[in-house]
Amino acid sequence: MITVAGTAARPGRPAPILADTATITGRNLRRLVRVPTLLVLTTVQPVLFVLLFTYAFGGAIHVPGVARYIDYLLPGIIVLAIGFGSSQTGVAIAEDLSAGMIDRFRSLPVTGTAVLAGRVAADALRNLFVAGLMIAVGAAIGFRFHAGPAAALAAVALAVAAGLAFSWLNLLLGLVVRDPESAGLAGLFPVVILFFTSSALVPVATMPGWLQAFARANPITVITGALRALCLGGPATGPAAEAATWIAALLAITVPAAIARYRHAAST
Amino acid sequence: MADAAIAAEGLGKRFGPVAALDGVDLELPAGGVLGVLGPNGAGKTTLVRILATLLRPDRGRARVAGFDVARHPAAVRRRIGLSGQYAAVDPFLTGQENLIMIGRLYGLPRRQARRRAAELAGQLELDGAAGRLVRTYSGGMRRRLDVAVGLLAAPPVLFLDEPTTGLDPHGRLALWQVLGELGAHGSSVLLTTQYIEEAERLAGMIVIIDHGTVIATGTPARLRAQAGADRLDLQSPPGHDPRRLAGALSALGTAEPAVDEATGRVVLPVADGPGILPEVAARLAAAGVQVSGLTLRRPTLEEAFLALTGQPASRTRPPRHDASGPAAAPARPAHGTQSAR
Repeated sequence: MITVAGTAARPGRPAPILADTATITGRNLRRLVRVPTLLVLTTVQPVLFVLLFTYAFGGAIHVPGVARYIDYLLPGIIVLAIGFGSSQTGVAIAEDLSAGMIDRFRSLPVTGTAVLAGRVAADALRNLFVAGLMIAVGAAIGFRFHAGPAAALAAVALAVAAGLAFSWLNLLLGLVVRDPESAGLAGLFPVVILFFTSSALVPVATMPGWLQAFARANPITVITGALRALCLGGPATGPAAEAATWIAALLAITVPAAIARYRHAAST
Repeated sequence: MADAAIAAEGLGKRFGPVAALDGVDLELPAGGVLGVLGPNGAGKTTLVRILATLLRPDRGRARVAGFDVARHPAAVRRRIGLSGQYAAVDPFLTGQENLIMIGRLYGLPRRQARRRAAELAGQLELDGAAGRLVRTYSGGMRRRLDVAVGLLAAPPVLFLDEPTTGLDPHGRLALWQVLGELGAHGSSVLLTTQYIEEAERLAGMIVIIDHGTVIATGTPARLRAQAGADRLDLQSPPGHDPRRLAGALSALGTAEPAVDEATGRVVLPVADGPGILPEVAARLAAAGVQVSGLTLRRPTLEEAFLALTGQPASRTRPPRHDASGPAAAPARPAHGTQSAR
């Protein structure tokens, strides 16, 4: 027998956006460990980044004032790994759109903000794991924090905060392009361009003059610079504030844009 | 109507040059089951999407569970359940995880969501599979999970969009049984389907739509009368003239028999249902005509359309079985290839 009457959802309850966000976060975390691509991007890729960049470039690159290249490198490739991982967020939201999951959520008494925030929150937990994994692998091959535990924690927090901005940006891209494959490309493209024109791998001073101006303004340079200051020591407040400003500015644009886009995405 | 579960007036929706809906009126009384019958591309899915607040109509108004879908979508969403071809479940979650997630999103407390999920898994005979990832499910299990998701919050209004399209006959029968019990329990259900049998079996009232407009409304009995009677589907053995077969039986029909000389197939509309079969046998014996196949069946959707409108259904018609002409005439309507809206 099918019971229909009885347990009806309570009409008129106040929007429990936190509970909904937590529910959607749980869904996305489950997918993270069950979808093979996502699992590889979260576990294998960050480890490969640490090992490949350290051993392939480490012998050739000498950064003045830094004893071990990995101390210079790790902050940059943490940003890279988080940026790459975030491109999957655009893919995921585009897949949810085309597979009908967004229609499912929109037929429920759930706000778009909760659906998107649940995505970003799962990303943030993934990024925390990725940063921790890369620090652990880096430590095994020589990486050390030089500015004390508080600065180290601040560095991890800053990396995760940068990930929030990347995630919202990719949500917006995924909702705009709507096709999963295009969303992946659209998400990777800016990361790749900005990463290789930043200070992530080499000091900006080694670049040709015309590129230096761009590289200095590049948000990845700014964020990497702040992470580096927090890891290596030296004045960190200024760079951290600059990085936080970048992140806040990105969020101020992408969060409302993505939420507005979500409202329209499935209804056209 | 204040107490109607669904009341729609003049709903219209265009996608570019295509009018998916072109002025649809319909009403579902509280507690009723309304079947929306139409071929692929008729506008059924667009209709459900508008009523479920997923799509805004270009014109017209609709109230669902007492609330205007355009002005109070949040209130509507708290009172509807949706099962359909496009409102998905997550293949990388288990059946149970999907049900609990949806329950939580309806606002059920964790314990209650868990209990409700187990209850529905039992009712829809998914208990054995509830712990497996949905991507391992068969088509029939997947549809049952879709229905369970729609029922989760025990919504006053339930939408079932083509619940059995693509299922094999066994899966369809099993789901019909479940849905039949559902109708007996007082929630209001809007069901879309391409299958006449399905609408007749589950719905108290049927609306037939094509090209985005309502072309007929009525009880199953009334539409059955209008759509013409059952069809006697006969197959001449190879080398025999199907016109002789048609001639021997034409006096029994309510209209002229349709003869396909290429395949040897004869289709005759008949009035009395199975009661006519002894007479058929007697006349065939008297005329000395042989048959290699004989089926008494409901009219297909195409035949009903022809009877109701004088025109064939829909521009995107699925391939017809009589084009290839297998000897065993299908007892079920031809399957459409599945596509939304």
